[in-house]
Amino acid sequence: MGTETLTLGKAINTGLRRAMERDDKVILMGEDIGKLGGVFRITDGLQKDFGDDRVIDTPLAEAGIVGTAIGLALRGYRPVCEIQFDGFVYPAYDQIVCQVAKMRYRSLGKVSLPMVIRIPFGGGIGAVEHHSESPEAYFAHTAGLKVVACSNPEDAHFMIQQAIAGDDPVIFFEPKRRYWEKGQVDVTAELESAYPLHKSRLVRSGSDATLVAYGPMVRTAMDAASAAAEEGRELEVIDLRSISPLDMEPIFESVRKTGRLVVVHEAPSNVGMGAEIAARVSEECFYSLEAPVLRVTGYDTPYPASRLEEEFLPDLDRVLDAVDRSFGW
Amino acid sequence: MSKGDTAPRRSASKAASKRVGSTPEPEYVQLLTPDGERVEHPDYSVDFSDEELRGLYRDLVTVRALDAEATALQRQGELGIWASLLGQEAAQVGSGRALRTQDMAFPTYREHGVLYCRGIDPIMPLSLFRGVDQGGWDPIAHKFNMYTIVIGAQTLHATGYAMGIKLDGKVGTDDGEAVIAYFGDGATSQGDVNEAFIWASVYNSPLVFFCQNNQYAISEPVERQMRIPLYQRASGFGFPGVRVDGNDVLACYAVTRAALDAARLGQGPTLIEAYTYRMGAHTTSDDPTRYRDTAELESWKAKDPISRVKALLEREGLADEAFFAEVAVDARAQANHLRERVLSMPDPQPASMFDHVYAESSPLVEAQRAQFQAYAASFEGGH
Ligand SMILES: Cc1ncc(C[n+]2csc(CCOP(=O)(O)OP(=O)(O)O)c2C)c(N)n1
Repeated sequence: MGTETLTLGKAINTGLRRAMERDDKVILMGEDIGKLGGVFRITDGLQKDFGDDRVIDTPLAEAGIVGTAIGLALRGYRPVCEIQFDGFVYPAYDQIVCQVAKMRYRSLGKVSLPMVIRIPFGGGIGAVEHHSESPEAYFAHTAGLKVVACSNPEDAHFMIQQAIAGDDPVIFFEPKRRYWEKGQVDVTAELESAYPLHKSRLVRSGSDATLVAYGPMVRTAMDAASAAAEEGRELEVIDLRSISPLDMEPIFESVRKTGRLVVVHEAPSNVGMGAEIAARVSEECFYSLEAPVLRVTGYDTPYPASRLEEEFLPDLDRVLDAVDRSFGW
Repeated sequence: MSKGDTAPRRSASKAASKRVGSTPEPEYVQLLTPDGERVEHPDYSVDFSDEELRGLYRDLVTVRALDAEATALQRQGELGIWASLLGQEAAQVGSGRALRTQDMAFPTYREHGVLYCRGIDPIMPLSLFRGVDQGGWDPIAHKFNMYTIVIGAQTLHATGYAMGIKLDGKVGTDDGEAVIAYFGDGATSQGDVNEAFIWASVYNSPLVFFCQNNQYAISEPVERQMRIPLYQRASGFGFPGVRVDGNDVLACYAVTRAALDAARLGQGPTLIEAYTYRMGAHTTSDDPTRYRDTAELESWKAKDPISRVKALLEREGLADEAFFAEVAVDARAQANHLRERVLSMPDPQPASMFDHVYAESSPLVEAQRAQFQAYAASFEGGH
């Protein structure tokens, strides 16, 4: 066992390193990822060790990063693109939804695009606009893409490697406000033994209500569950991990047990992941529900100025308030 | 096909850039006049055998016949839409024949002539336009990517592929690989194309940008896309640009071959502007009489890419009436065969719409496939 205490950021860095060691077709590309190691230092030291042919500082153009990664994937490489911030993925949006997502379908399966697009996402770091967004629903809506979000160092370390090793294109969301949070990671464990990439995970058992979250909100949900426990309510917490495809079975199972579901995410509620989960739960668990599925989300406004983000982002109190409302039904 | 002489590369762009702005007869590399006379160019030449010249003629005629058949099939309701290459045969056959087996091409939706030169069954793009599938040839095996409808997107894919060639160490030698990216004049306004120019230049990629300036982006004339001749854009990105007579198959071949050779030898990208004209409609849904006049059309008819090769063959006594007749009969036979095969093309199995979404299966797609199949089976004769 080679268990180490790592921050989530360092866990991704180590995961990238292991992926690059395992397969010399894995190359990283993005703005500032070389010498600087990326603005969050996630690629720190990788260019030094793997050279500038494998850790490529690109021109400042997101469509170019993703579009050329497609060509490299066609050539047999496994490119891992870094989009510097969530709000800058939109110039590449066309390449992602029209090209990355559809090449396999279009070619009747003759072409694979084994590529990963890493996006630091979400708020809570006091940044200026375009640096705190949660665009996951745009991608989850597009068939052909897989979309995941890690929430803790152990998962981050393995999920990035699994995303790179798979033959489908993956949009890989990293909760930037959690980059500095630490956890135990078995950095020597075999990838094959890791928890499956597209399975959700029960992270806390409880019998009274279910919380579903992903990415940065898993910690918030866990904190809410601890606080609820002090008040005598046992909340079950599920970390979605995979946003597309969704692993709904564990959620159905949990709701059949607890009868109550609250979905928590930072993205606005309108047409968001919470809506999808609520719809599917109402289709499958209608007679088990004691209350409507409730959502705790960012508001349907642009991400506000940073002095307002504490109001905008779901926090422990808003989650507990929703749980109360569920019980008040 | 023999190899054209490799020209000292930067001089052509210099020669071509003497004049700026639009002129009635733009300066370009030409090796064969509209009357079928061969002309010398200081930087470019070809050394085709008689047999190869006849082969080029056969290619041009065949490609035009197949294209005309597809247009007719659309008119008869057998294809949803068709994007004709009429008038652009020389640009496509010239550049397509200049490719070596190991070179990779990234087409738009109009490159049926290049597809033909790559040895792909000409039925292939018709399934796309008939709505049976979205292409279906193997892009890697044939070194010819799928058609791309979003304007300009493929230039970035070509650039990435070219970067991969370099990473693989397959440049700098005579048997190195090169990439060609096709796009139209309208595409040069797209961000993706400009980003591709930057990338290719910065990474010195083995890539030829082949722009067929057919004068229109649907209804918009080329003046709506730029204020300077297109090939001159390249200099702003730091690589050579060349304008070639796009209706001259010999010049298109020579210029493309030289640019591909330069690319494979590690000298980086070239932008080729093939100055040509789209004789038909943009697609079968278009009405070109609304935006261009007969006089313009007539002036381009006189520069037809096929008649000038025919004139050359006649002038130099390389072919007789029997040859031209045989080529015409053979092209017609291929077109007829294409028609029969289109008419007998089966509709896809409905549940096949769930195939090939992911490499690894997706529970959502699989659940929907099962639902669909159960639903379809609930009808008599359901699939
Ligand atoms: C991004 C994008 N915008 C609009 C269209 C619709 N469209 C299809 S072809 C075309 C004109 C393209 O002109 P050009 O690049 O000159 O190529 P040509 O068809 O003339 O060869 C347009 C506007 C498209 N396919 N993609």
